[in-house]
Amino acid sequence: MSAILIKVNGRIHTVDVDPATPLLYVLGDELGLRGPKFGCGLGQCGSCTVLMDGRATRSCITPVSAVGQSEIITLEGLGTPEKPHPIQQAFIDEQAAQCGFCLSGVMLTAKAFLDHNPQASSAQIEHAFEHVLCRCFVHARMMRAIERYAQTRRV
Amino acid sequence: MNSSLSRRKFLKTSGALIVSFSAASLLDPLALAQGPFGTHMSHIDPSKLDSWLAVGADGMVTAYTGKCDFGQGMYTVQTQLVAEELRVPLSRVRLIQCDTSVTPDEGTTSGSQSTPINFNTGGLAQAAATAREALLDMASRRLRVPVTDLAISDGVISTRAGKRVTYAQLIGGNRFNLALNPAAKRTQPSQWTVLGKPVPSMDIRELATGRFEFVHNLHVPGMAHGRVVRPPALGCVVLNVDESSVRGLPGLLKVVVRKNFVGLVSEKQWQAEQAARQLKVNWGPPVVLPAQQTFYDYIRQQPSRDVLVVDSQDTEQKLAASPTVLRATYSYPYQMHGSIGASCAVADVRAEKATVWSPTQSVYPTRSGVAKLLDIPLDNVRVIFTRGAGCYGLNGADTVSYDAALLSHAVGRPVRVQLTRKDEMAWGENYGQACVIDQRAALDSHGSIAAWECESWAASFGGRPGYDHPGNVITGLLVGFEPEPLVPQRSSQPTGELRNGHNLVPSYLTGCISGKCGGAGKIRSERVLAHTVKSPFFTGPLRSPLRLQNTFAHECFMDELSARAKVDPIAFRLRHLSETRIIDVLKAAGQAAKWDPRPSPQPNNSRTGTATGRGVACVAYEGDNGYVALIAEAEVDQVTGRVQVRRLVAAVDCGPISNPAGLRNQIEGGALQGMSRALTEEVTWNDHEITSTNWATYRSLPLGIEVPVIETVLLNRPGAEANGAGELSITAVAAAIGNAVFDATGARLRQVPFTPVRVKAALDARSAA
Ligand code: FES
Ligand code: FES
Repeated sequence: MSAILIKVNGRIHTVDVDPATPLLYVLGDELGLRGPKFGCGLGQCGSCTVLMDGRATRSCITPVSAVGQSEIITLEGLGTPEKPHPIQQAFIDEQAAQCGFCLSGVMLTAKAFLDHNPQASSAQIEHAFEHVLCRCFVHARMMRAIERYAQTRRV
Repeated sequence: MNSSLSRRKFLKTSGALIVSFSAASLLDPLALAQGPFGTHMSHIDPSKLDSWLAVGADGMVTAYTGKCDFGQGMYTVQTQLVAEELRVPLSRVRLIQCDTSVTPDEGTTSGSQSTPINFNTGGLAQAAATAREALLDMASRRLRVPVTDLAISDGVISTRAGKRVTYAQLIGGNRFNLALNPAAKRTQPSQWTVLGKPVPSMDIRELATGRFEFVHNLHVPGMAHGRVVRPPALGCVVLNVDESSVRGLPGLLKVVVRKNFVGLVSEKQWQAEQAARQLKVNWGPPVVLPAQQTFYDYIRQQPSRDVLVVDSQDTEQKLAASPTVLRATYSYPYQMHGSIGASCAVADVRAEKATVWSPTQSVYPTRSGVAKLLDIPLDNVRVIFTRGAGCYGLNGADTVSYDAALLSHAVGRPVRVQLTRKDEMAWGENYGQACVIDQRAALDSHGSIAAWECESWAASFGGRPGYDHPGNVITGLLVGFEPEPLVPQRSSQPTGELRNGHNLVPSYLTGCISGKCGGAGKIRSERVLAHTVKSPFFTGPLRSPLRLQNTFAHECFMDELSARAKVDPIAFRLRHLSETRIIDVLKAAGQAAKWDPRPSPQPNNSRTGTATGRGVACVAYEGDNGYVALIAEAEVDQVTGRVQVRRLVAAVDCGPISNPAGLRNQIEGGALQGMSRALTEEVTWNDHEITSTNWATYRSLPLGIEVPVIETVLLNRPGAEANGAGELSITAVAAAIGNAVFDATGARLRQVPFTPVRVKAALDARSAA
């Protein structure tokens, strides 16, 4: 165990854990965050995704010690139910969820990718989602929501 | 269904069902609404209105339902139902779902049964209608005006003269003390103002902003973390557990062994995970599994429980006399629920009392299972539904709830158990059944079907635990409970009414038994025989259980018949159908897809390069619980065998539509989930163990695909009963895609999934023929 400082959703936290602990467990068990979720623990599905300095990162295979000075943003760090972030608003508008368990992977992958590649073609967007799963298969709506967000980034 | 009925009867007659909990086990922040009257008999006896509804002093309506929402939209639509029947705004309804200490026992939320049960004249609908009429009666007495002269709006009852009384004034905070009234009138769909409207999902805002609390997010004070250690291969038993292999590991609280169940508890999740990896268990030898290569032949040879569903006793004769007889065999693999989240549950078992926060679709049966596992009285167990990842039937939710109860019991602290991906895929969920289905039919000289025979073998083991069989899922078996036995039995001639709940009988048959015909079609010469054999793996009700497998075989075979008759596939289907509702969805889908009537395969397609085609499939789901026709347009790369679905058009009729927005979401999701299952999903194994244990070895279509265009046509039938809708599109899509591939290429696919290798083989077989 050792005391580790991490910056999450704009606040600095000290946690006392084994440095090898996956970031996901720190966020969920120590900080009580609900956005990132355990899907596979293997980096294959996306459910545990967070933004690490703006990059979509799979927290299930990222040891907390690897975070360092980086700033972590989780799904709840983007917006609130009253004031959702535009990517969240796009998903609400398109009713793009069923169980909603996959949303961190879908929305944060979309945000990170489009923020860095606002001009991406739909083929490039598809490519960015090659390893993101939604088992309720809300694909059609999600892709519409992502396209909606992409529009806001392009103007 | 039977066991839940008798259970309900028991609840009605039992005066002793008082759930008593110590304040400690209610754990304040998690206690959920207890309703205005605490937890006691009247909250659970389903024949009493107070079990279903309460009006608070503030006018809030609290409704208690035994049907829960795991992503299929039941929360929103049940809230609409209550708001509609009681004429209050949605915001004035609070819905409490599936908690054995406060909601009535409605068995399992499954099988497209929630809508039929709660949206017709029983369950929650009847309760809400009873409450409205009771409130009107009270108002009539209070205001001295006949009921017919009263109007209700926004929870206020008023007379023409302007006298008014609110629900809160009439009953707020008090009990109704009434029985459900079977004669209470449901509001007619033509009068609906809340139901029937596309009300957006009520939880999406919380989901999209990461606020929604899943069972994975629960924190119970004092909670420790558990992991299970499942056997390395099927049939292995525990010889011994070497606790010294983990002694001294940080945070480790206890290694728990009960018969073949092995698990451990640590302070932190990461500690539990490492300890579970390090724990040395000596396991006995595994069983040898039947080879996957020849599995479909293997299941034909096994002792079976047989059901002869229909038999006109003249099919042999008709087939022998017919100039054209077609036969074909279809096979369908084991598939997974493959929930996006590996299952998780939290249990707090102390002083012989257990509270389990569980993602199960069956809180009452799970309560019964936990009581049996811990050998404590039923009344000492409370199961609270807490949403997990989308489930689609029987994923690891029930088994992980047992795991959590066992581990918490062993350490006397609340324990959260998270299964690993491999635990979930190899040792957690109950797979969708593998089947092989033989079809045989005769065409007469006019190109119509003169006789149809179908014989199927489905591999089955375990299933939903229900109230009596915790051994139907892995943890129950590991601790020593037997799964429900499969007793081989010969079939006798069918009697009574047609039961087509598994869609064993193709929609085109008359389904006649002793002169009574329950089928949707016109073919009189019919024989359907179904065998159930013992599966080496646990199986369960994966979304559209057997209905999907059977429909795949029926609808592809129907396509083969129409091609042989050289008739357009829709026209050919219509020729053999009698039920208007399936006829209507078929026509509606054809219209929406701008279907070009002509026989398949597409006459002008080249046999090289990329070819496109369209295919159709339809079904009267469970015989009469919803109707769907689905058209797929697909592109086949004839070099690689890759199939790309371009467009899916689904027309559905599920009676009066309660929420068109939620319905569309279900139809779209079902269509794509079905497409993924048709194209890539298959459980695999070697001599001893499951080898599809993660997303690299069990392939699911990711979000990054060219998503086909999906169009849904909703046929509203206000006069009909409400049917299920969640399994409609998924039941038809595999056949529609297979038929589209045939239309494009002339190659017939008879085995799911349609992997490039299999498609390629079918394309090659075409030139050989
Ligand atoms: S949980 Fe991290 S990628 Fe699946
Ligand atoms: S909404 Fe359920 S997995 Fe995506």
